[in-house]
Amino acid sequence: MALTNEQIERYSRHIILKEVGAKGQKKLLNAKVLIIGAGGLGAPAALYLAAAGVGTIGIADADEVDLSNLQRQVIHSTADIGKPKVQSAKESMEAINPDVKVITYHKFLTSDNILDIIKDYDFILDGTDNFPAKFLINDACVMAKKPFSHAGIIRFKGQLMTYVPGEGPCYRCVFRDPPPKDAVPTCKQAGVIGAMGGVIGSLQAMEAVKYIIGQGKLLTGSLLTYDALSMTFHKIQLPRDTSTCPVCGTHPTITKLIDYEQTVCEGVGL
Amino acid sequence: MKITVAGTEKQVADGITVAQLIEDEKVETPQYVTVTVNDEFVESGKFAETVIHEGDSIEFLYFMGGGSNGSDK
Repeated sequence: MALTNEQIERYSRHIILKEVGAKGQKKLLNAKVLIIGAGGLGAPAALYLAAAGVGTIGIADADEVDLSNLQRQVIHSTADIGKPKVQSAKESMEAINPDVKVITYHKFLTSDNILDIIKDYDFILDGTDNFPAKFLINDACVMAKKPFSHAGIIRFKGQLMTYVPGEGPCYRCVFRDPPPKDAVPTCKQAGVIGAMGGVIGSLQAMEAVKYIIGQGKLLTGSLLTYDALSMTFHKIQLPRDTSTCPVCGTHPTITKLIDYEQTVCEGVGL
Repeated sequence: MKITVAGTEKQVADGITVAQLIEDEKVETPQYVTVTVNDEFVESGKFAETVIHEGDSIEFLYFMGGGSNGSDK
């Protein structure tokens, strides 16, 4: 498939990069990325991936756009309030770039449907706000051998890591089980600065792009943290030995997906 | 003795344990923090018995939610 004249112009700032070129741009156009959560993290990630020409973008979210979302979920507009987030996100992405095919999943992902949904994608972005979802996404991606980007944001802090099968620790290597309900401060109670989703969600999009074009070093084997108040990025090296992990280790004890009890942020997605 | 906590060099008492350091550093929700010493995990049940040595590098890893509830029940 050759790039059209319009595509050569649209993606010219990509194509001029030696790490991308026409070859990398074609990889992006042929790539399929799933974004789980059309909120604070998913919104900027979706906008950048659509603008970059990722050919197929799946977006999953069961929520509707709420007024309190608009302080940070920049893919939605005031006129979208009440609309399914996935629909609003699809319209925004298609308006930016008609090259992109957007597939919407207006539902919660569970142990029953997640494997069937992720199987069609090359890379997955976890933009969810709750730990049952984060563990479900991790375990499903490990079992289905799918690379994914994990991220979390709260107050003035954010963090992310990338899992690629066979290349280092998964989320469960670092955090063995979800914390009990309300044990860890979350979103609605603690707040989050709007631009934090922009910083961390954009970094997730960056990891997806690097994975697709096969350039640079991914955040595999490390967790990157960002503290906006001290304006500090800190990269934490993670242990290399993943053999004892209950899901990605050599003798996994978790071989079926688990739907942990839903706990946080009822009705208010970050 | 000198150790490194979250990338910053610190002066702490000789023989300090991971549990004491967690207290001194006022770690939020300490029962749910993951700790590494020199890039190796410390089992959460062993914070009190794990002694930190001169030159060790300690990291605290925190649960962080955020995002959107696109995947809950």
